[in-house]
Amino acid sequence: MLAYIARRLGYILIMLVLVSFVSFLIIELPPGDYLTQKLQELQARGDRSAEMRIAEYRARYGLDKPLLERYWIWSTHFIKGDFGDSFEFERPVTEIIGQRAGMSAILAISTITLTWLLAIPIGVYSATHQYSIGDQITTIVTFIGLGMPGFLLALIVLFFAMTVLGQEVGGLFSREFQDAPWSFAKVVDLLKHLWIPAFIGAVTGTASLIRIMRGNLLDTLGQPFVEAARARGLKERTVIWKHAVRVAINPLIVILGSEALPQIIAGNALVATVLNLPTLGPVYVRALQVQDMYLAGTVLVFIVGMTMIGNLLADLTLAALDPRIRLE
Amino acid sequence: MSEPLIEVKDLKVQFNVRDGIIHAVDGATFTINRGQTLGIIGESGCGKSVTAKAILRMVPRPGKVTGGEILYHRRIKSNGSEITDIVNITELDPDGEEIRKIRGGEIGMIFQEPMSSLTPVYTAGSHIGEAVGLHRLVPIRKVGAQMVETIQAHRRISKQEAREIAIDMLRRVGIPKPEQRVDAYPHQLSGGQRQRVMIAIALSCEPKMLIADEPTTALDVSIEAQILDIMRELQETVDMAIMFITHNLGVVAEMAEEICVMYMGKIVERASAVEIFYEPQHPYTRALLKSIPHVGKKSRERLASIKGMVPDPFNLPSGCVFHPRCPEYMPGKCDRIVPSWTQVGENHWARCLLYEGV
Amino acid sequence: MAEQKVPETNKKRQISQSYWSLVWWKFKKNKLAIVGGILIILFYSICGLFAEFFAPYTLDYQSDYLEARPQPVVFKDEEGNFSLRPAVYGLEEKIDQTLRKRFYEVNRTKIYPIYFFVKAEPYKLLGFIPTDIHLFGTDPADPEAHVFLFGTDRLGRDLFSRIIYGGRLSLLIGLLGQILTFTLGMVMGAISGYYGGVTDVIVQRMTEFVGAFPDIPLFMALAAAIPVTWSPILVYFMLTLILVFIRWGGLARQVRGLILSLREREYVLAARSFGASDARLMFRHLLPGTLSHCIVIATLMIPGMILSETALSWLGLGLRPPLTSWGVLLQEVSSVRSIRFAPWLLTTVPFVLLAVLSFNMLGDGLRDAMDPYGGR
Repeated sequence: MLAYIARRLGYILIMLVLVSFVSFLIIELPPGDYLTQKLQELQARGDRSAEMRIAEYRARYGLDKPLLERYWIWSTHFIKGDFGDSFEFERPVTEIIGQRAGMSAILAISTITLTWLLAIPIGVYSATHQYSIGDQITTIVTFIGLGMPGFLLALIVLFFAMTVLGQEVGGLFSREFQDAPWSFAKVVDLLKHLWIPAFIGAVTGTASLIRIMRGNLLDTLGQPFVEAARARGLKERTVIWKHAVRVAINPLIVILGSEALPQIIAGNALVATVLNLPTLGPVYVRALQVQDMYLAGTVLVFIVGMTMIGNLLADLTLAALDPRIRLE
Repeated sequence: MSEPLIEVKDLKVQFNVRDGIIHAVDGATFTINRGQTLGIIGESGCGKSVTAKAILRMVPRPGKVTGGEILYHRRIKSNGSEITDIVNITELDPDGEEIRKIRGGEIGMIFQEPMSSLTPVYTAGSHIGEAVGLHRLVPIRKVGAQMVETIQAHRRISKQEAREIAIDMLRRVGIPKPEQRVDAYPHQLSGGQRQRVMIAIALSCEPKMLIADEPTTALDVSIEAQILDIMRELQETVDMAIMFITHNLGVVAEMAEEICVMYMGKIVERASAVEIFYEPQHPYTRALLKSIPHVGKKSRERLASIKGMVPDPFNLPSGCVFHPRCPEYMPGKCDRIVPSWTQVGENHWARCLLYEGV
Repeated sequence: MAEQKVPETNKKRQISQSYWSLVWWKFKKNKLAIVGGILIILFYSICGLFAEFFAPYTLDYQSDYLEARPQPVVFKDEEGNFSLRPAVYGLEEKIDQTLRKRFYEVNRTKIYPIYFFVKAEPYKLLGFIPTDIHLFGTDPADPEAHVFLFGTDRLGRDLFSRIIYGGRLSLLIGLLGQILTFTLGMVMGAISGYYGGVTDVIVQRMTEFVGAFPDIPLFMALAAAIPVTWSPILVYFMLTLILVFIRWGGLARQVRGLILSLREREYVLAARSFGASDARLMFRHLLPGTLSHCIVIATLMIPGMILSETALSWLGLGLRPPLTSWGVLLQEVSSVRSIRFAPWLLTTVPFVLLAVLSFNMLGDGLRDAMDPYGGR
């Protein structure tokens, strides 16, 4: 068991080194960089000292050095927890991530909780009442949900909120609470804003979960052990939840593990961008748009790392829950 | 002593599927007496499993009991004497408390696929514990009470007691090292061991009847013999009736005292095991018996098989459903008249026009 | 339930048909799938093949009406009486004094009848048949007349026409990308599953590495890496290739798994024992076995491709003007301002959703039809 975890962690480490290098390469790939863009911008504005300032930047950030050396500097600093500076925000990447990670986590956790609280009971209902009207409605709704990408739904919600409710949607706080210290009123205000992105995430997330849960449970309900449990005199509810659902839900654990953790970092970047949320997603998008390489690279490495750790946790949980699975 | 335990009267079960109605069981009538073993034989799809499930009110959707009754004669102690209470199972709510007390508690069932009849995430012991916890109650004895009286108060069994019962049951069904195997998960057990566990679960609550739905079909011949032995041994010790469903004539000969032969949802012949094997009356039973290989038969001789195919359940033949395959087919009769349940000997009934004098 | 399975096997024995005719027979019974299939054919023929014919205006035609609202369609003639010929009301420019913004109001006194098969701007049908007939339009003799069913954008371009043209690139990227993904996934999966050994390890590690990145973030990073200076066509192909690069691994892994299980089947072993060559085993026995499974997966993957393009272009990381795709059209509504003042620009959204839904319906129907076990 411990050997297995150690092996997996070692594997993750190797992957992270590779991933960080590839990420660095990808972000480095386009000709020119943030500073050349900045230079053009400054020159266009007629800034005479532009070139000098940019050159100074270049030296400070080590951008005049060759690629491999820069990667080496970045990665060695990375291990120490120094992820470099963001050009766009002109602040250390650590600070930006630290500032937004909390909100990202709150949003991700509430979205995931909402998604699972909705999806599992609906999926179970749909499978146990196969072909009933409720099941058919669920099927149609999940069908639409599957085809509905979050960012388009966000646009639609934005439109309706504006025209029907006459309300500004976006952000996680009203203006007056933006910089206010935490208080009860601020939490209430947060909840008022939070439900929209959480709802959007849940709508797009539940659809596939419901489909998977329904399919798995239908397969399980056809298994002899369900009938055997019923023949033992158990209540139908016990038969379904203690025996059928307990077995059918295992594969979903993997989905939870591989999606939940990375979602905390980049949790639906597109939806967050539409709704202008103070989470990490929009920062990543912005960083890619302007080639803010250290910021983008760090976030990408974090996403991949979280995905792999999430997968490991999912495998461990699954092994704990399902005696048939042996770790090797 | 032939006191009835289960009386099935003219049972009809239908499946309404998209392409039509299947009469899975069509007018089955039989009685199982206390402590007796009834064998039900027939090809797969003839309605034997559905009949068994109907007794536990567990006919799967879209099946429905559409006629007849199943009477369960339950013995209850009341004021020191025993009385018999008759419950019509077909009228019970399929998820009601009444039927759930019968399921597992008074009628146990074991299934065809031991490989997948245990929930994979629970241990053998917890399966038994679950059944025991539901059905077995321990009388509470008040210390110091002088009166020797039937004590009405009961409590549920504790975890520790359930575990002890589980170990004991596993030992009784012949599982080696039951103290260890009680914590084994299904995938750690062999097929034969799993079926033993299933038997242990079914018998742990001391049922009055055990329904065994092809319990040995999926097992090796040597394991099959062991399982049958265990069932017979346990039956003797606990005085329990067995409804034994199989398509294997050899097995049923070994187990049953009385036999029903089913074909396309109908019971075509019923008699004691001896008579079924030595004096079969219905042409279908005869054909079935001819199709078993015998030791000593010339090896050149081909084994007889029943000609034709099982008819399409949506287009059952007119008259007697067996007539297109029957070697004694009487044109003009068998394809027109539905045979009725006729007595052809002492305690020997058949559904065939040969004996109706039409 | 042995009892229930009887009819099924009986039926199959009675009507012995080829696998594909059975699939078709089952597929036909699924209304949703048929609707999906028809919609997809319509989408591809309207947007893909005959966009120039169905669109009343050319892609870059700029009218004088900037950010004009959609014109309602009425059945009235120029005198205001009922007529079977549809017509649109004219638009009138107004200035909102408080917002200091120009806007349009529907002018109910002006009615422009819509004519079918009108002669308007010339184009080449299917790229080689020169013609100037459009499905519908206003009287070509009246220079004042205009028809903007979905309104216009900031530059006064007809949104209806642009959605039709935009569909061409968006739908094509889905199809083209999927064909490449399909081919690459099948070939790599088959090689990896059939030969095993070092080849298998290399292919496996490659798919694993790509798989370690979550889809969208990697996609964005790669798309951001496309140089801004490249020509639009080159960007388009690069984007398609990126999509393929990210997606092929999943398909390859599935094909590999299927090949691995098929390889041990009796019929394959039998073929091998007759001395069938590698190529024959592969193309005659193994790949056909995976085909139906892969077709289903591929169909269900197309919507993801279309949506990826839309999302990326919308973010400004994918296609950029002068190319027009649905994602590019949506760029116009990325600000709250445009949703407030020109909400009709969101008309693109239902089209994207409909296309995606059609593919999902078709894919679901195909899955049900191709599932040999009959399924739920």
